[in-house]
This record gives sequence, C-alpha cells and structure tokens, in this order.
Amino acid sequence: MERRSEERAALTGSGVIGAQQQEAGLSRAWVAFGVFALAVLPWYGLETPMASVLGWRAEAAPALFQGRSWLLPLGIPLVMALTGRPGFLMAAGVCGLAWMLGEGVVIGPRGAGLTQPAMGWGAAAYALCCAALASIGLARRGWCRGDVFVVGSLLTVLGLILLFVGYPVVRILKSAFESNDGGFAPALFAQKFFSAGIWGLDCLDGGKACGVAWNTLAEAMLVGVLATGLGLAFALVAVRTQLPFRPLVRLLSLLPVITPPFVIGLALILLFGRVGVVTNFLGEYFGIPRTRWIYGMAGITIAQVLAFTPIAFLVLSGVLAAVSPSLEEAAQTLRAGRWHVFRTVTWPLIRPGLANAFLISFIESLADFANPLMLGGNFNVLATDIFFAVVGAAHDQGRAAVLALVLLVFTLTAFLAQRAWTGSRSYATVTGKGDSGLSAPLPKALRLACLSVVLPWLVLTIVVYAIILGGGFVVTFGRDYTPTLHYLLTAFSIDHGVGGWFLSGSGWRSFITTMELAAIATPVTAALGLLTAYLLNRQSFAGKSTFEFLAMMSFAIPGTVIGISYILAFNVPPVELTGTGVIIIISFVFRNMPVGIRAGMASLAQIDRSLDEASMTLRARSFRTLRLVILPILRPAIITAMVYSFVRAVTTVSAVIFLVSGEYNLSTVYIVGRADVGEYGVALVYSAVLIVVMAAVLVGISTLVGRQQIGRRGMLGAAPASEMV
Amino acid sequence: MGEKIVAVIATLRTALTAVALMLIGIGSATAQGSVVVYCGVDEAWCRAMTTTYEKQTGVHVDMTRQSAGEIYARLRAEKENPRGDIWWGGTGDPHLQAADEGLTEEYKSAMLPQLQDWAQRQAERSKFRTVGIYLGALGFGYNKEELARRKLAAPACWSDLVKPEFKGEVQMADPNSSGTAWTTLATILQLMGEEPGFAYLKKLHANINEYTKAGAAPAQSAGKGETLIGIAFQHDVIDVAKRNFPVQVVSPCEGTGYEIGSQSIIKGARHPEQARKFYDWALTVDAQKIGAANRSYQIPSNAAAPIPPEAPDLSKIKLIEYDFAKYGSSAVRVAVLGRWSAEVKNAPR
Repeated sequence: MERRSEERAALTGSGVIGAQQQEAGLSRAWVAFGVFALAVLPWYGLETPMASVLGWRAEAAPALFQGRSWLLPLGIPLVMALTGRPGFLMAAGVCGLAWMLGEGVVIGPRGAGLTQPAMGWGAAAYALCCAALASIGLARRGWCRGDVFVVGSLLTVLGLILLFVGYPVVRILKSAFESNDGGFAPALFAQKFFSAGIWGLDCLDGGKACGVAWNTLAEAMLVGVLATGLGLAFALVAVRTQLPFRPLVRLLSLLPVITPPFVIGLALILLFGRVGVVTNFLGEYFGIPRTRWIYGMAGITIAQVLAFTPIAFLVLSGVLAAVSPSLEEAAQTLRAGRWHVFRTVTWPLIRPGLANAFLISFIESLADFANPLMLGGNFNVLATDIFFAVVGAAHDQGRAAVLALVLLVFTLTAFLAQRAWTGSRSYATVTGKGDSGLSAPLPKALRLACLSVVLPWLVLTIVVYAIILGGGFVVTFGRDYTPTLHYLLTAFSIDHGVGGWFLSGSGWRSFITTMELAAIATPVTAALGLLTAYLLNRQSFAGKSTFEFLAMMSFAIPGTVIGISYILAFNVPPVELTGTGVIIIISFVFRNMPVGIRAGMASLAQIDRSLDEASMTLRARSFRTLRLVILPILRPAIITAMVYSFVRAVTTVSAVIFLVSGEYNLSTVYIVGRADVGEYGVALVYSAVLIVVMAAVLVGISTLVGRQQIGRRGMLGAAPASEMV
Repeated sequence: MGEKIVAVIATLRTALTAVALMLIGIGSATAQGSVVVYCGVDEAWCRAMTTTYEKQTGVHVDMTRQSAGEIYARLRAEKENPRGDIWWGGTGDPHLQAADEGLTEEYKSAMLPQLQDWAQRQAERSKFRTVGIYLGALGFGYNKEELARRKLAAPACWSDLVKPEFKGEVQMADPNSSGTAWTTLATILQLMGEEPGFAYLKKLHANINEYTKAGAAPAQSAGKGETLIGIAFQHDVIDVAKRNFPVQVVSPCEGTGYEIGSQSIIKGARHPEQARKFYDWALTVDAQKIGAANRSYQIPSNAAAPIPPEAPDLSKIKLIEYDFAKYGSSAVRVAVLGRWSAEVKNAPR
C-alpha cells in the first residue's frame, strides 16, 4: 500500500512519505550541524579560523562559550527544530537568522556598552544551518514540489546574492546620501548629483570641458558603434568568405580575453605617444609635428575598440552562423541579386544581434577603468573619476558614491535594454529540419568594404601584441633596442641561496597569490553559476524573473563600483572582510558568476526535459538527477564557465585595486603600479608572462578534456559553449 | 600508555595546526609579533624597509603600499575598525589632516631630539600625532634632447614656464587628485601672493598640455619626452634621470615649496606596542639610509643621517617659509581648489 502511494507520489512529483522520514533525519542532521556551529566553531573572526579552534583563543571561542549573553538565544531555534514539524522548522530558520543579523547590526565593535568583533566561521555555518532548516520546512509545506534540495539551493543562492551584490549596492546608495561625517544629507546629495562637473554642457559652446557623465556616454556610444561595425566586418569575413586568414581572425579574437586590460593602452602610448615609434617615424621622414593626440578620447576609443571588437565579433559570428541559408537561397531563386538578398533577408535577421553586440560593448566601455587610466589625459570618464574621488587629494567618498550611482544607472539601463531586446524576440531560423543550403556570397562592394577595414585593423592588433609580448625584452622600447633579460629577471628570477632555491623576483608574490585566489574562486564560480542556471531553467517558483535579474545584475555593475561598495560594506562588523583574501575571492565569484549562468542556461536549453522526467520517474530526486544525468551532459558548459572565470579573475583590475592588501596583492594591480612609476619594461614582461600562462591554461584544458560528445545533442551543445571562450 | 596518547594527540594537533595554517595562508603568527604598515612611498623603498626590519627584529611586517591619498582614504574608511598599525611615509598634508581628525595617535618618541628642525616642527604642529621622516623639495624637470631639438633656452625659474615658446609643453598634476600638485599650488600662492599667484596660474594654464592624476607622472613624461617640462618633486625627477632618461632637474630661482614626508601611528592600532617600536626604528640613522639605497633621494630627517649625494643640495635651494597650518587646513584647501577649478582648469586655452 505504502509502496503504491509512493509510486504515485513520485510520478506526480509531490511529497512522499518515505522521503518525509528521510527529511526528519535530515533536519536532525542539520540541527546537529547547528550545534557544531555554536559549540565548536569559533564564532568571531575569519582571519585565524582553524588555528584558533585548536589553540582555543578567548576571542575566537564558540558562541556558547563567549560569555556574551545575547548569543545564547541562538540555541533556541535548534531546540524548536528538533520537533521536526514544518511550521517549527520554518520559524526556527527565520528566527535564527533574524536574531543573528539583528544582534550583529545592533551591537558593534566599539562603543560604551556591549561590543563584539566581526562574525566568523561559526556564524557562517549557523546561517547555513538556519537556511537549511527553513528550506526543509518550506519543502514540507509543498514548495517547489516538496524538493528540499531545490528550496535549499534557492535560498542559499538568493542569500549569497543579497549579501554580496544587493547589500553593497544599497550601501553605496546610503553613502551617496551621507555627508562626510555620516549624517543624512539629501540636500548635499542633490547638490553633488546635479553638479556641473557631472552634467555640465559647457563643451558645446566653447573650449571648456563637458561634464563627466556626458563624456562617458559619448565615449561609450562611439565605442559601441565602432566595435559593433568592426565586429560585423570581422564576422562577415570569418563566416561568409573563404579567405585564407580566417583562422587568424578567430585566434586574434581570443587574445583580448586573456590580455590584462591596460596593456593595450600601454602599447598604444609606445606606438603613438609623442615620442612613440610611429610618431617618431612620421616626424622624421614626413615632418608631421608631434602631438599628444593619443591622450584623450581618441586614445581611449582606439584602445577600447581593440579590446571590445572581439566580443562583438563572437556575438555576431554566432548570429550570422544561425541565419539559415535556405532563406537566402529562397530569395536567390526568386532572382534577387546578392545585394538585395543581403539587404532584405540577412540584414533584418542579424539586426537583433547587432543591437546585442552594441549594448555589450556599450556596457563594457562604460565600465572600463584601465584604458582611461592610461590614456585619459584631460578627458575624464566616470570609472576613473570614482577612483580618484576616493584616492585623490579630495578624499570625497560621498562624491565617489554619487558618481558610482550615476554609472550604475547607466549600465543597468543598458543592461535592461539588452535583456528586453534579446528576450522578447526570436529570430532563430536554424531548425532541426534539413538545412544544408549554401549561404549567399557577399555583395562585392560589401566584401571590399569589410576587407578594407579588417586588414588594417588586423595589422594594428598584431603590432600591438608584438609590442606587448616583445617590448619587455629590449632595454627601452622606442629608444634602445638592445635585447635584455633584465626586466624578466627583475620580476621572475629564481636564486639559489643558503636555504636552497627561492623565488627572488619582485613579481613572484603577486603572481602566486593571483593564481591561488583565482584557482580557489574558479570552481566556486562555476558551481554557483551552474546551480543558478539549473534553478532558472528547470524549476519554476514565484519571483523567478526577479531572481534571474538579481543573479545577472552583477555583470552590469562596473568593477570600480564593486570595489568601492565592498570597502563600504565589508570593512566593519558584522561582516568584516577587507584585507583578507576572502574578499578578493568573493569579488571574483560574484563578478564572474553570470558567465557560468549563461553557459549553463544555453546548454540546459539544449537538453530535453524528458531526460529529467525519465530520471524522476525512476524515483531519483532532483539532486540525484542533477548529479547523474545533467552534470555529465553539462561538462562542456562547466569547462567554459571554469576557464572563463579563471581568466577573468586573473585579468581583472578595476574591482580589486581597492581590495588588495599587503598580504594579498594581485598581478594586475602590481603591473599598474609598475606602469605608474614608468617601469614599462617590467610591466610589459609581466603582462607577457600572464598572457602566455593564460594561453597555456586555455590550450591545456581544451586538449586535456577534449570535446565532450554525447550523442547528437552533445555535439550541438558543445559548439556554442566552446565558442564562448 | 597515557603519555603516548598525549604525545599522539599533541602531534596530531601540531600537524592539524600546520595544515590549517597552510590552508589559510597565515604564517605570520611568529613569536616576535607582527606589525601592519601602510607604506606611502615608492614600492622598492617600502619593500626594503620591510625586509630590513624583519631581518633585524624578527617581527613580521605586513606591508601595503599605496599613495598617501589612498592611505588617508583607507584610514577614514576603517575609522570604526582600524586594521593598520602605522602609516609610514607619504606627503605630510594628509598626515596633518588625519591628525586633525583624530585618526592617528599621539606619541612622543625618544628619538625626537635627534631630528632636524623641520621634522620636529611637523610633530609640534600636529600635537605629536605625526613626525617628519624626510623632506622633498618641489621643482621641475625638462627633457634635454627635446629642448636641444627645438633650440630653446633651458627654463630656470617659475616665470620661465609661462613663456609663449613653452605653449603646450608643460605638464603638472591635477591638485584635485594629487598632493604634489597641491604643494605646487600652495607654493605659487605663497611665493607670489593670492591674486598675482592666480594670474600666474592662469597664464601657466595656457602652456599646460595635461593635468595628470598622479603627482610623479609629469616627471615620468618629461623623462620619456611625452612632455618637454614636468612639474614635480625634485627627487622624483632625479629618480627618472638615474634611470638613464635625458631629464634635467631644476630648482626654481624664485624659491620653492616642499613636502615633509611623515609617519603616524594609527588610532586604535591592533599592535600599538609594535607600532611604537617601528616608529622609533624608522627615525634611526640606519633606517633612514635605506631610502637612498633604493633610489629615493629625499633628505632624511635624522640630523646624523648622511644626505644622499644625489639629493638636491639644500644649500642651493631657496626654500620658502611654507605655511603648513594654513595650507594644510581643509577650509583653505576647499576654497583654493574650488577657485582653481573654476577659474583656471576650466578656462579655455
């Protein structure tokens, strides 16, 4: 009897009696974990976690032995949860979390009365336990078809996003409305927000500079248009022609992904600066006066277009490949000329792709920090202004918060526009049915136009990369071309001393830290991203679109804004992370998670739900299905997500420049510092090493893992995933 | 038997601790203690200070290098919960400002009598919340090759910089973001008086090609030839020249201002005892020799410390009576910067 009802329940996907018994055990196990969090793990301080358990230091004692009476009520929810009744479980989770957050916010580190330091591992474990208890309760009430795993992951992911994306953004908002001594000052906010420095339009009627907001917008528009146009030209050449250098285009399109962002700017200075190689040549042989045109909008535009064209190219080549040849063939059979076909069939089909590419380059340009830092000259943009508002002689954190707010509004608007645009329209023309036609050849004029843009640009890209890779191996680029290993040895020498071999180069420490932190962040990013993708694609729950928006939002938050918001949010208890490696890892994870989500969603969309259903019918629950059925098929997406998040973590600079500390310095910040004091040699050598290492990682992983193929679906899934890298 | 178990447990505990330490990456808990230093000078100098101190005392030094402005911003951000112990180096104004705001701790070092007058005066000004560790004079540098190519006369005075032949050839930092440029602004105003000073700055503006963000950038650019003249601290120019760039340092004939690089103990430091020890050590002759050995040619504050031969010769520099109290105060700063931004920076060229 019981068995039959179980089968019926499994088929309908609702609660199961056997599972309920299992969950009673589960809730007890979580209660035990909660006791462990309160009675064994150190409640305060993340810095000396395990060591302090063993050494039993007073401050790091577990919550129950702290002698701080307000921590004792934390035990009550655990007792409540022992009853195992759904209502009690939910109440236990909610009350436990609420009390913990409440006492954490109310009782600060300093003051006349009660004090306490920042929360530590015990607190983190206790929060996890509360979330788990609440999820068990909710699941037993029938949420998400009674699936504890789904409810639990949902709550955990949501909690993490709220803590590490939502809360810092709210903190920026709060800071924007504060005066410098901490009071609430809306008038000051209005004054700062509407200041001429941000919105002034003086440049239209005279020689004065315009407000920084207009500068940023104009720059981003220009870069968006140029990068999209170039990307389209490249995509047409790569997808629709048979020219011999097509593989080169693909290869070069990968390079910017593994390039630390500011080195392109550095190379441009060495080429086109007032004493750059090209400038010298033109000056000596053609008498063209040396100017400083590269410093300003022109230089930033070239550098950003160099950096973002490949992204536009990847988007557009995907779109072009998805235009079914049969439509074009149909037009041709109706006697349309090449140009007519392109204009009336191909173009309308790729238009949404163009908008998408434009918006992505637009957002990237808005958020770009490194190139304006190197090449800005007198041309200010928001991302760098935020930085200098914090670190400059003005020390105006309030102004930084206001500027960050303006930038955030811009990027989020573009992000929403992009979602609205790509979400509501479907232009897919490739179907499962036979589709073996040939694409129409490009009109001659268009082909020529594409080539005339693509070829010079290719040459520029190659020259820029030649400088980046080789510039650090000559004495002074542009003046003295004697080959030297001096800079390489300065940064990466290995010496033999009394204690054996040791790394004596000045760059080793930051290099190793970077690799370590990125390596820790990578699997976490991928796991969290794919779990979120699974929830979004396979489960339905209330507020799903809000959840998706929150999860993807961090992609649109510029790095500088993340950096400053993390300092504001996580410097003081209850959550104190600044100066640790943890905060850097967290910033990596939440900045790069959307990439994992996208890769996961794209692959999941290609896996038929019937597979899940089959597994469910065989009475596997969601976690088992995920582990045994979906994960193996998702392997290409997992690899994409991991590689991409690793590479992005290593090359990012804008967010972490605020977060590094003596103990945890990172490669990119180190290189910016070297370039800042004019040691271009070391900066170039270090960048070259990073690029080579990253390329090795890319190649290594793809040869090690190979292309995963599971039937025909797997082949379909593998292609777009590997293209994303 | 019992002993054996105890021994096993002890071993396990040690092993576990070691593993935990390795996992978390904390090898710092040495018996000698540790000290967290926010270092505001050049990277190489910071590193040399750190390693020398570690070698001599066995104390672990956790050093972060940032510009003085960044460190000041950090102290303010961390006010509720300071993580640093001592702020060593960097231009004096933010140190004074921090002292003014109570971000730093009062400490009268026993080393004070050994210091030069200007260093002691810095301490008195701040009610002993900071102290001078080096002096750097303001000046400018020009690129010798570019100058020869254009067959121009070498500039020697502030007044030369506004000559029409240098149009678009002078670079200085933006005083809104750079302490060096703020010193420049204050120097001009003190040298010439408020109104003539602003008239001069407006004329200078016509010759400026870029207001850089970082204070040392104009010296770098002059060395590379990206600009003909760069206004910066003289030791920054000398540093560029020592790296084999064709740049010549100039101490302006009318006289010039200067910075007093300082150190302060951070209020609420987690290792106050260690911070005071580092503070005292940093004022010794031995510690003050480290700068010159690492290409930082400022003038040390310990009267007995040798002045590096590369350093600008103080006897040949006319130093002005720099009014640190006035030009270190926030009110004056806001007013002067506001006027400069409105009347000078945004004026058409």
